Amino acid sequence: MASITMDAAGSNSKMRDHAKEVLITGFIVAMLAVPIVGFHITDVTGGVGLALRFKEVAAAAIVAMLGRIGLIMMREHIALMLVAALSALVAGAIALQLITGYQFPGDTRLPFNDPVIDWLIVVVSIIYAIRAAWLTSHKTGTQESREKAMDQIGAQVQKLSLLLGPILLICAILLPMMPFAGRRLVDVATLVVTYIMLGWGLNIVVGLAGLLDLGYVAFYAVGAYSFALLANHFDYGFWICLPLAGLFAASFGVILGFPVLRLRGDYLAIVTLGFGEMIRVILLNWYEVTKGPDGLSSIPRPSFLGMPFKRFAAEGQETFHTFFNIDYNSGHRVTFLYYVILAMAMITNFFTMRIRKLPIGRSWEALREDEIACRSLGINPTNTKLTAFGIGAMFGGFAGSFFATRQGFISPESFTFIESAVILAIVVLGGMGSQVGVVIAAILLIGAPEFFRELQEYRMLAFGAGMVLIMIWRPRGLLAHREPTMHLGERRRWFGLFGSAKPATQSGGAPGS
Amino acid sequence: MLSISGVHTFYGSIQALRGVDVEINEGEIVSLIGANGAGKSTLLMTVCGNPRAAKGSIKFDGRDITNMPTHEIIHNGIAQSPEGRRIFPRMTVMENLQMGATTSSPEHFDEDIDKVLELFPILKERASQRAGTLSGGEQQMLAIGRALMSRPKLLLLDEPSLGLAPMIVKQIFEVIRDINRLQNMTVFLVEQNAFHALRLAHRGYVMANGQILMTGTGQELLADEKVRAAYLEGGGTA
Repeated sequence: MASITMDAAGSNSKMRDHAKEVLITGFIVAMLAVPIVGFHITDVTGGVGLALRFKEVAAAAIVAMLGRIGLIMMREHIALMLVAALSALVAGAIALQLITGYQFPGDTRLPFNDPVIDWLIVVVSIIYAIRAAWLTSHKTGTQESREKAMDQIGAQVQKLSLLLGPILLICAILLPMMPFAGRRLVDVATLVVTYIMLGWGLNIVVGLAGLLDLGYVAFYAVGAYSFALLANHFDYGFWICLPLAGLFAASFGVILGFPVLRLRGDYLAIVTLGFGEMIRVILLNWYEVTKGPDGLSSIPRPSFLGMPFKRFAAEGQETFHTFFNIDYNSGHRVTFLYYVILAMAMITNFFTMRIRKLPIGRSWEALREDEIACRSLGINPTNTKLTAFGIGAMFGGFAGSFFATRQGFISPESFTFIESAVILAIVVLGGMGSQVGVVIAAILLIGAPEFFRELQEYRMLAFGAGMVLIMIWRPRGLLAHREPTMHLGERRRWFGLFGSAKPATQSGGAPGS
Repeated sequence: MLSISGVHTFYGSIQALRGVDVEINEGEIVSLIGANGAGKSTLLMTVCGNPRAAKGSIKFDGRDITNMPTHEIIHNGIAQSPEGRRIFPRMTVMENLQMGATTSSPEHFDEDIDKVLELFPILKERASQRAGTLSGGEQQMLAIGRALMSRPKLLLLDEPSLGLAPMIVKQIFEVIRDINRLQNMTVFLVEQNAFHALRLAHRGYVMANGQILMTGTGQELLADEKVRAAYLEGGGTA
């Protein structure tokens, strides 16, 4: 008897908790929705007016509360089949509406009135349905076991990445030749590859050496500005300026490195953040050199072996299309730029992969693990950190000068903190130190938003939601799997591959850095 | 080979070492025993230049290393297996050993690694495993192995028995003896486990409050009444 009343009381308080949870969710969403969807600009006579959209706010809150109820039901294993059926129903109904354009009786218009959001709801509902159905069949499955499963997937992907890398590379090379590849696609791809390169560059500092750098965009800016200034003042072309810009950025990396050598973790992050802002503010205020907020324009475009991509050649010059005897097409330059950045990114990747196996790369990784142990092994932490900063910054500078030549115009506005944050997000989401992870994260974070431009203000919302989801499911990043740089068996194989003249140089430790 | 004379070391305003003299000759195992907070680890760290000695001098192979930066001291042929092991947890066992070879020439890398894997066969089985997944004893073996990879002239061991089961402790001390006998390695051992440390050592030092109280051969110290009373009663016969 007693136990039954206890159960009843228990379930009562549980119900209360659930109700509280649902109401809080509704409240939070309503609060968020008021500024985001609650106000609406309308045309009124004599200008624009601000209208309120209470119905939409209420709808958003109700949708969120329903979702929460669904989540609770799934969590508590209540009527999972019901959740599955309902989610499927929602997905089906909205999909039907979207595909056929059929209007259900009554006002069933969704609050956002945007097909992309409607499709998102369809996809999410389908995921819910599948998950609910899956949970009914496998009732067990703790967070840990799921994480383990994801780790295994990560390891598998990493193994596949031996194949995946070349496949992605071939896809990337073939992309502009595909029939569906318009100018916009190649443009977006160029942007994505730029960020992949930046991600790989930052990966050296953050992923390998473990130095959290929140001001990476500073080196991007130094690269871009040094190219623009060199080109404008000395009339150098892109290919001469590229290494110089990298060199400048690298020296800035070392300059930043010196004062922050003693700092670790959060303190280092704050100083680098400050450095990033300093560079931007200097660019903004040093008007005589950088033209401040006006920015620098008429930055030369890259040429193909000295031949510009122009419709009409200047005196004594030959243009790309006349040399190859093809019709002029402004898309040629877009494609060419794409290949340039692809090549630069691949060099970055190759460099990182190689240097991981060299003493300096190993020292970076060891330094990330334990600085004191490193010192007791005879590694000079000062030099090691400075090279990491310098080399990371160098690739940032390369990417920066590519950015400048692609845009033809740069201003401090392109180098705000949000850029650093996005690049860091790419590295962290991809899984620190994982090269393929960076590619996937860059495609997700840069490519996807470019194609969902219609969503405008919801982009950042989706960005944040994605971050939260990653934090919950993959706190160490999408592909957080570290590939060892050497194996016991491999040592023997080196002998076979490279003869036995000096086999140890391939696998052995070289004299200290 | 290593001569420490009159060394004073401070942590901020706290004095940890008050004029320590220690002499280590080539081919010896020298044990330093003492209670918690006596300054044993501080002495070992001071040899490595972190923290630096405020007064006194440390000479290694006739060269003054008192004011050298840590990494240069290591390049002179001293290797340390630090307190708390400090292996690189996310790197594999092989990579850890490879890091140990930082200061040595790559030509004899394969030879050295074979030697280490022979001393600690378990590491061979674990070669491609992440070091963080090893047991405490295996991690200690890895830390010693990593230190040996640099072909040191002097091996500094800081509490190799820390937190290990008696069986494993015995095993590790046997290996230390082997390294000394077979490779003629000079070993400076800092230990709380006085019984094992003194039985193994050619000579020993007893430390308290940042000063050397007593010195003698291992057997002498083991037989000494005061040492027995202070450090060996109770768990001494384990």
